[in-house]
Amino acid sequence: MAYDRSRGGNSGSRRPGGRRQYFRRRKVCKFCVEKIEFIDYKDLRLIGPFVAERGKILPRRLTGTCAPHQRALTRAIKQARNIALLPFAAEV
Amino acid sequence: MAKYEMMFITRTDVPEEELDKLTAQMDTVVSGAGGKTEKIDKMGRRRLAYRVKKQREGFYVLFTFEGNGDTVREFERRLKVTDAVIKYLTVKLDERAVAAAEAKAKAKAAAAAAKAAQPSASEAESGTETASQN
Repeated sequence: MAYDRSRGGNSGSRRPGGRRQYFRRRKVCKFCVEKIEFIDYKDLRLIGPFVAERGKILPRRLTGTCAPHQRALTRAIKQARNIALLPFAAEV
Repeated sequence: MAKYEMMFITRTDVPEEELDKLTAQMDTVVSGAGGKTEKIDKMGRRRLAYRVKKQREGFYVLFTFEGNGDTVREFERRLKVTDAVIKYLTVKLDERAVAAAEAKAKAKAAAAAAKAAQPSASEAESGTETASQN
């Protein structure tokens, strides 16, 4: 039986012979879903969720962003940092 | 000619008239270099994400224009020598960015139009109500 990663459910249950004990919900790229082709550095409401508390850029591994969009996002965040809309390193 | 977007931050202690004078001056810089100013958006006072020249707050201005590299160079030189300006960022807008900006402006205009039309829309609604009652 093939694993269907996109299907959720069955979380935590032990499968016979399978090492994988749970399935994670498959993450999708927010920008692909919402068909956003251009990520604007001024749009903090859009970028905000992809910046960690300390001001770091969240990795693709955590957010599920696709590679082209992660590149565009990174660029936007760095531009926002340059003009003091976002911190390079947030205090606290 | 390409489209550029210049965002700059000024100190918050400069008076409004001086700011207007500065934007007007920048406008002449652009047109003097053969460019065309598209939009001047005073975004207003904002808290800076980090301290810049000992300032914690700044006044953001967004300047969109069409021009070439020389226009940008002169623009940046002017900003550099102006004491009120504490930071600036130049972004060249590609077709995607232009399209996105246009779509955004359109959406904003549509939203404004919808808001303006809302009272009449509710009127029309009540009109249909009475019609269904008849």
